[in-house]
Amino acid sequence: MSRVTRFAGRDPGPAARVVGFMAHLRENGLRLGVSETDLALAALCEVDASLPEHSRQALKAVCTGCKEEIDQFDALFDSYWLDAGRVKQKIVQTPAVKDDDGVHSSREAQGDDASGAGSVNAPDGGEGEAESEGEGRLIATEVRNLMRKDLRDLVRPEDIAEAEGVARRLGAALRDRRSRRRIAARKGDRLHFRRTIRASLATGGEPVRLLHKHRPDRPHKIVALCDVSGSMTVYAQVFLAFLAGLMRSDPTADAYLFHTRLVRITEALRDKDTLRAIGRMSLMADGFGGGSEIGPSLARFARTYAKRFVDGRSVVMILSDGYDTAPPDVLDAALEDLKKRGCKIIWLNPLKGWRDYAPVAAGMAAALPHLDLFASANTLDDLAALDRELTAL
Amino acid sequence: MTWTDLQTALAADGYVASDDLTVAMHLALTLDRPLLLEGAAGVGKTQLASSMATLRDTKLIRLQCYEGLDAAQAIYEWNYQRQLLTIRAAAEDGETGQSVEARIFSREFLLERPLLAAITQDTPPVLLIDEIDRADEEFEAYLLEILSEFQITIPELGTVSATTKPIVILTSNGTRDLSDALRRRCLYAYVDYPDRETELAILNARCPGVEARLGEQIVGFVQKLRAEDLEKTPGIAETLDFAVALMGLGIADLTEDPAALQHTLSTLLKTQSDRAHITPEVAGRIAGRAA
Repeated sequence: MSRVTRFAGRDPGPAARVVGFMAHLRENGLRLGVSETDLALAALCEVDASLPEHSRQALKAVCTGCKEEIDQFDALFDSYWLDAGRVKQKIVQTPAVKDDDGVHSSREAQGDDASGAGSVNAPDGGEGEAESEGEGRLIATEVRNLMRKDLRDLVRPEDIAEAEGVARRLGAALRDRRSRRRIAARKGDRLHFRRTIRASLATGGEPVRLLHKHRPDRPHKIVALCDVSGSMTVYAQVFLAFLAGLMRSDPTADAYLFHTRLVRITEALRDKDTLRAIGRMSLMADGFGGGSEIGPSLARFARTYAKRFVDGRSVVMILSDGYDTAPPDVLDAALEDLKKRGCKIIWLNPLKGWRDYAPVAAGMAAALPHLDLFASANTLDDLAALDRELTAL
Repeated sequence: MTWTDLQTALAADGYVASDDLTVAMHLALTLDRPLLLEGAAGVGKTQLASSMATLRDTKLIRLQCYEGLDAAQAIYEWNYQRQLLTIRAAAEDGETGQSVEARIFSREFLLERPLLAAITQDTPPVLLIDEIDRADEEFEAYLLEILSEFQITIPELGTVSATTKPIVILTSNGTRDLSDALRRRCLYAYVDYPDRETELAILNARCPGVEARLGEQIVGFVQKLRAEDLEKTPGIAETLDFAVALMGLGIADLTEDPAALQHTLSTLLKTQSDRAHITPEVAGRIAGRAA
């Protein structure tokens, strides 16, 4: 197996080199097909390809498709054509492999962007720990390691199958009649002119049979944010199974984990192999069971992902106990920002099921005014029982 | 025509484009591909399309996307009222059903909407599909067919092939993730907020009346303002509004009159909390640093 990471001096010609470059980009996670290679060659003919800057701009327009890829592109271009990335790539890769060995899942790691996984996992986890609890740092780290190994034992495939059913029911409960497009229907509220005219041809232009159309129901999109900090560890089994089930049953849903950081796990959980999906999630949930910074995590979510994935047709579901180590006004501001995107916010708190529970935790108290629904949930059955309340939203 | 020519031509029309953007536009023209532009609101995505139309001296056909946009609004619609009248008239004249059918489903009874209009022109127009992310996913899929085949199938009429291929520019503000299929069919350019020099050039091109000193102050002020923690970061459109407002009020120096400066901030700050965040003192300080 040979990885193409740089410009090869002995290639037969420019076409082969461009092909090599496309392979290099694919290796680094850009989704490109054969037709893009063709297009790239055509594009290079249109600019002065002997100047690196011009080629860079031309290839950038052809090969990238979103902001993240643009940000990535310059480095990839330099590493291949200008031979600048070879040494760097080796350095990045070594710790990534070491890291995987600890979790016995090097196979999943290869599916990910190799350099990304290494650099994101290692240093960040350390920092998060240092921030969260000053005194118990060593202990916290040990707990974290244990949890990482446990994550797959924690969530069993049977649970996920059950959770899938629950998630499907919740999705069905969240229907919305806001579509402006109309489709043909037997009992619609408007005339379907196109069909009526067609039908009237048979009766000499007399519209005897009136056909109708109506606005179809549209499902809400669920965006789930799950707290996996230390205080939530006992409930993690239920919630992680629920997230996995949600991802499987609803192709539009979106999932995130947060503790002191925020990670998007949607792609990982969509993996067809259930166990591998959980494995990938545990790699990403580095810092699982550590401190919780709900406010800053949600603020980060509102500033970044929410701008792309949350709109007026989304339901943001926060699964957390509300014990926040950050000041409550951060959480307050984050939820206010999120609310401005027009979404509904549901907070499911496992502690609410307790007798005499009152939302006294400062974070929870700050969040309450922004919530559309505040409910308890600590088992899958509780989650399933939510569908009536969700319909009422 | 090379891409530098295109850049010069656009600049002559008052559109200062970055190198990345010009190369992408140039390739879109030469390779006959749609160009997908992303970026924050007010950085000149839509303006590029209208500048291209002026430059090529052709029509700009614009399709504004919104939630619920469907084929009837985007592609074509039959003129039902006219069809009904014709059928009734034909029935009285004793015309046969078949000839009526052929007549009422002809081009004469078809109302062209932007997408159909764009592919049936005599000279290639610029087709601007604005804010594609606001349209539904189903519509995006339909759009894909048109962008790759450049033909539209009307069941009653048959397939309408393009007489000319339009120059297609799509814009997106990122309110929804676009499908990979659409992304890979298009060339892509990300339009960012301009740097100081570029913005100054844009200001001079768009508002030729601004004095050099005030121009630099305006650009400096807006650039500094973008670094603040704002809900809605002002774009270039806002900078231009700001400049026009200052000129209209006869302000020649930003640092001179903090009260007047505060009044004109309504052109730059578009939410209540941003307004509260930039108090007269903060505005004065930013203006002082920018000068």
